[in-house]
Amino acid sequence: MTAAATMHDGRWRVIALTPVTAIFLAMSVLPVLNLMAMSVHDIGWSGGRSVWTSAGAVHYQRLAEDTLLHAGIWNTLVFSVVAVAIQIVLGFFLAWAVSRIDRGRVLYRTIFILPILVPGILIGAIWKLMLNFDFGLANAILEVFGAEPRDWLGTRALALPSVILVDIWHWTPFCFLLLLAGFESMPQDVLEAARVDGAGIWGELRHVLVPMMMPVIVVTFLFRFVSSLKVFDEIYLLTGGGPGSATEVVSYTIYRTFFTQDRMGYGSAMSIAVLFGITLAIALTLGASRRHGARP
Amino acid sequence: MSPAARGGIALSHFFLIVVAAFVLVPFFWIVAAGFKTQISLLQGEIFFTPTLASFREVLFSKTTEFLDNTLNSLIVAAGSTLVILVAATLGGYAIERMGTPRWLVHALLGWAVVFHMVPPITLVAAWFPLYRELGLDNTYAGLILGHVAVHLPMALWLMANFVRDVPVELEEAARIDGCSTPWLIWRIIVPLLAPGLAATAILMFIFSWNEFAVALNLTAKQTATIPVAIAKFAQGYEIKYGEMAATAALSLVPALLFLLFGQRYIVKGLTTGAVK
Repeated sequence: MTAAATMHDGRWRVIALTPVTAIFLAMSVLPVLNLMAMSVHDIGWSGGRSVWTSAGAVHYQRLAEDTLLHAGIWNTLVFSVVAVAIQIVLGFFLAWAVSRIDRGRVLYRTIFILPILVPGILIGAIWKLMLNFDFGLANAILEVFGAEPRDWLGTRALALPSVILVDIWHWTPFCFLLLLAGFESMPQDVLEAARVDGAGIWGELRHVLVPMMMPVIVVTFLFRFVSSLKVFDEIYLLTGGGPGSATEVVSYTIYRTFFTQDRMGYGSAMSIAVLFGITLAIALTLGASRRHGARP
Repeated sequence: MSPAARGGIALSHFFLIVVAAFVLVPFFWIVAAGFKTQISLLQGEIFFTPTLASFREVLFSKTTEFLDNTLNSLIVAAGSTLVILVAATLGGYAIERMGTPRWLVHALLGWAVVFHMVPPITLVAAWFPLYRELGLDNTYAGLILGHVAVHLPMALWLMANFVRDVPVELEEAARIDGCSTPWLIWRIIVPLLAPGLAATAILMFIFSWNEFAVALNLTAKQTATIPVAIAKFAQGYEIKYGEMAATAALSLVPALLFLLFGQRYIVKGLTTGAVK
């Protein structure tokens, strides 16, 4: 406790904490409790009021057999691991390149930040047009090289890679930005020393840059990985989970179950399962990092 | 400079220019598509005579809702940013400086982490039935509350971080001069936090402006924001590609303005949480 802390009286502390706590209680604790209650009921609507009939644990049992949900979980994990890994590698080299040059740093940074600031749904719209079979730029380029046009979003084998490509385009800039901050906070004399030692460019990379950047790389990876598990906007517009279940992701499965199929009880059970899974993952990560003595 | 170093720099520029082109081409292409006629767009023409028809349709036609959507987006983004700033500043200050019990600090920050990681769609599912019972669906207040809940966790982390950088000595000096707590926060802390507040405000505004999953499910025609409108375009029975592209081009404007005038704050906000 700092000296300043003792100077505040409790009344003001209560007032200062009230907004955050009220929002926390009203918008997450209460709704999640309601969600739990809903997950063991079948819910319909009648005259603007919800009608609940008890369903027991049926919804939770169904989760175990839901192949669409399983496809969603698997695709979400594949999507996140592949997309974020590529984003980190690309972002690393971009940040490295920018940190080596003297002129044009701000210009490059300005260009690279742009995709981060654009609505996800707009990115979806742009790429839906870019990847359009008939008039998209992607097929126009293929045509120039004399290759057959492809149905980027409509074939099973290509849909998930295409969506991953869009995500890489969208979020590599974010990784670049964090990694650039890491490069810029690196002590210059270490870099100089590595160069003087004649480590060569790959030696410098392997023995100096990557080890020193490791904490930033890990944080960036976790940050992006967590966000990409939430992917919804781009999928909604680009593929709607299809073809088949090729690009089905968890958020989209929940959306469809809860909002378009109106199966609110079952959708609630899915949401609770996801909340539980994520909380468990956080607890395990924190536990593991504490055991290794590192602060997350 | 050695030839090798010069070569390295040239190589760096080459790599950066190629990637910059990859980033920019889709933007140019969508803006160009907004200036094409539907026929020229569908034929994939590279050289075309620009026309303002799509933009005119989006902005001024009788059936367009773009200006309503823009107004909705502005109201919701401004409203949620304001609420978040107040709650996060007070909360961040209380967490760092007011001797808040450790268990409460851990509970609040732990909550922030968990609810930052949870997919927004699970939260919307939790709110939706309550909103309908309370009549909050399809209202500005409802959507503002939703955006506050989704983005407050990150803002709380950011503001707690920024408060940590304010020297304690300044507060002590103000105390000795007889400042009350509200006076201290308003006249000493808030001015010192100004850059951090600007960074948080810009990010929260952009996040709300861009947010889709919450807005999609809690709004209807009267309160729909721009992302919801863009999604509608893409799903019509007959997709009006030209108007979709024009809407997309117009919705880029705030991002460009922020990038030109607030880049310093955006970089500060995005990197603070992670690198520190």
